[in-house]
Amino acid sequence: MSAVEVRDLTKEYGKGASAQTALRGVSFEVAEGELLSVVGPSGCGKTTLLKCVAGLMPATSGTARVLGQVADGVPDGLAVVFQDYSRSLFPWMRVGRNVDFPLRSLGLRTAERRERVARALESVGLADKADRYPWQLSGGMQQRVAIARALAYRPRVLLMDEPFASVDAQTRAGLEDLTRRVHQESGMTILFVTHDIDESVYLADRVLVLRRSPGGVLTEMDVELPVVRDQITTRSLPEFVRQRSLVAQHIRAASGEADGVGGAAGPDANTPADARPGPSDSDAPSPQPATANG
Amino acid sequence: MAVLSSAAAAARLPEHVVRRVMGIVGGVLIRVVPALVAVLLWQWAAAAEQSPYFPTPFDIAVRVRELWFSAPLGDGVLTDRFLRDAGPSLLRALGGWALGGAAGVLLGLVAGQWKRAAGYIDPPVDFLRSLPKPAIVPVFLLVFGAGDLMRVGLIAFGCTWPVLLNTLQGVRTVEPVQRETARAFHIPVRVQLVRIIIPATLPKIAAGLRITLSLSLILMVLSEWLLADSGLGNFLITAQRTFDILDMWAAIVLLGLVGYLLNLLFVAAEKRLLRWHRHLSARG
Ligand SMILES: Nc1ncnc2c1ncn2[C@@H]1O[C@H](COP(=O)(O)OP(=O)(O)O)[C@@H](O)[C@H]1O
Ligand SMILES: [Mg+2]
Repeated sequence: MSAVEVRDLTKEYGKGASAQTALRGVSFEVAEGELLSVVGPSGCGKTTLLKCVAGLMPATSGTARVLGQVADGVPDGLAVVFQDYSRSLFPWMRVGRNVDFPLRSLGLRTAERRERVARALESVGLADKADRYPWQLSGGMQQRVAIARALAYRPRVLLMDEPFASVDAQTRAGLEDLTRRVHQESGMTILFVTHDIDESVYLADRVLVLRRSPGGVLTEMDVELPVVRDQITTRSLPEFVRQRSLVAQHIRAASGEADGVGGAAGPDANTPADARPGPSDSDAPSPQPATANG
Repeated sequence: MAVLSSAAAAARLPEHVVRRVMGIVGGVLIRVVPALVAVLLWQWAAAAEQSPYFPTPFDIAVRVRELWFSAPLGDGVLTDRFLRDAGPSLLRALGGWALGGAAGVLLGLVAGQWKRAAGYIDPPVDFLRSLPKPAIVPVFLLVFGAGDLMRVGLIAFGCTWPVLLNTLQGVRTVEPVQRETARAFHIPVRVQLVRIIIPATLPKIAAGLRITLSLSLILMVLSEWLLADSGLGNFLITAQRTFDILDMWAAIVLLGLVGYLLNLLFVAAEKRLLRWHRHLSARG
């Protein structure tokens, strides 16, 4: 059984004449224990896809199954890390309490909860920050708290929506390695959404490339990189360079088609500012930073 | 600058210490000096004019002390008169404020969470909120009579709407990501309400309660003009009717002091309880 199974998923926003198709006929699977990255330009429907899988939003047609359950409401055994860490953490709770909060609804014993919180904070390197408030931490640390919260929950499937898009390049590299390490250690299934082509290749076992307006699967490819990866050596491997160019070409070809149609796409289908690479991306450690917006 | 450095040299203190002290002193001066100047001008004008309607601030201050704050230090300074005049007033104002605040928070939470009802809820709330509160007095007089029930009811009624409106807005503007996070983690609705919706709304609720604190004093004075036999509002209107001008001014000053003090207490409590919010909004 696949951990995630998406069949012919279509999502329209709005009704009638003003309806806008965000996703059309998307199908893919994520095997149990796999780390799949989903890459595509801003506005291509990545967040929409993730929310449909998480059961936070109903699909217009088609199905998304998580661990065999049709996602009608949020499936069990699933956790989400959102892009906007500063808004998804609760500023009135200390860091430890933020991590502990979802566990309370699982009906765990206090000792068990305490140990899970300690372990999760330990694994993201924030063991000494449990008594701080989220707003007393840097952006990268806050996102680590959000990751720790998801880890402590011990989901079988973890969904991550551009989790590192708004942290600086150094922090981002650290968080990417953290994600890979957690995946190795826990064996959980991870669906990782990003607009950064390098990141999608560096992190994943397999990459799913999306196209824009309406969003759909362009192609998918296995990543042929060693299991143990390193920010510098892996990114300079010929195989890494080849695969990221391949992804970039796919996306460029697809957006060339879309532009060639003669601007039929609406203005927000082109390049919404929200997910453009920030200034911090310019000093990314890769030789030629590439994003899906290129 | 020259003053600063020469002062530093004279006292042989590090310059940043001097600067800090000067900063604090300056801050206090900015608050106190204009008020002091205004009072002195008033003193001077009133003394020069000798109008029976405008006693000097000094005379008023003496009268305020004599009436309400002249008990021996050991007995807590406050006179029996203070308890008789201000006691019932404060009970009415704060009681009405608490009742109205509680009603506003409860209704606001329900109305805010219940999204589909927005169309039914918003117009009547806007209407009742805009209604000049004294206009409702005759109804309260008819229903409750001219007793404390009428007074507390009127204050509670007036305090409900701003709190309700603020709570409503607060609930409607809870971060969608926070709600989604709660749903994704299967947090039960009741826990969401207590642990997420209410805390997230608290800053707005506090703002509403702060506004209505002064409103409760206004309505208290108003309600005590109507057939009351106690309270500061009653004291004030009686003094005016009997041309006891000094007492009238004294009551006005005491009301101002009470309002100022209540607000100060509220803001201090708010600062302590909503520390997280202050830090977030300070960051932008
Ligand atoms: N709540 C919404 N209502 C209407 N349109 C939306 C909504 N959310 C997203 N969209 C549109 O759907 C498309 C895909 O958005 P999204 O899933 O956020 O893309 P991505 O996460 O890849 O940047 C965009 O064109 C966007 O404008
Ligand atoms: Mg998105």
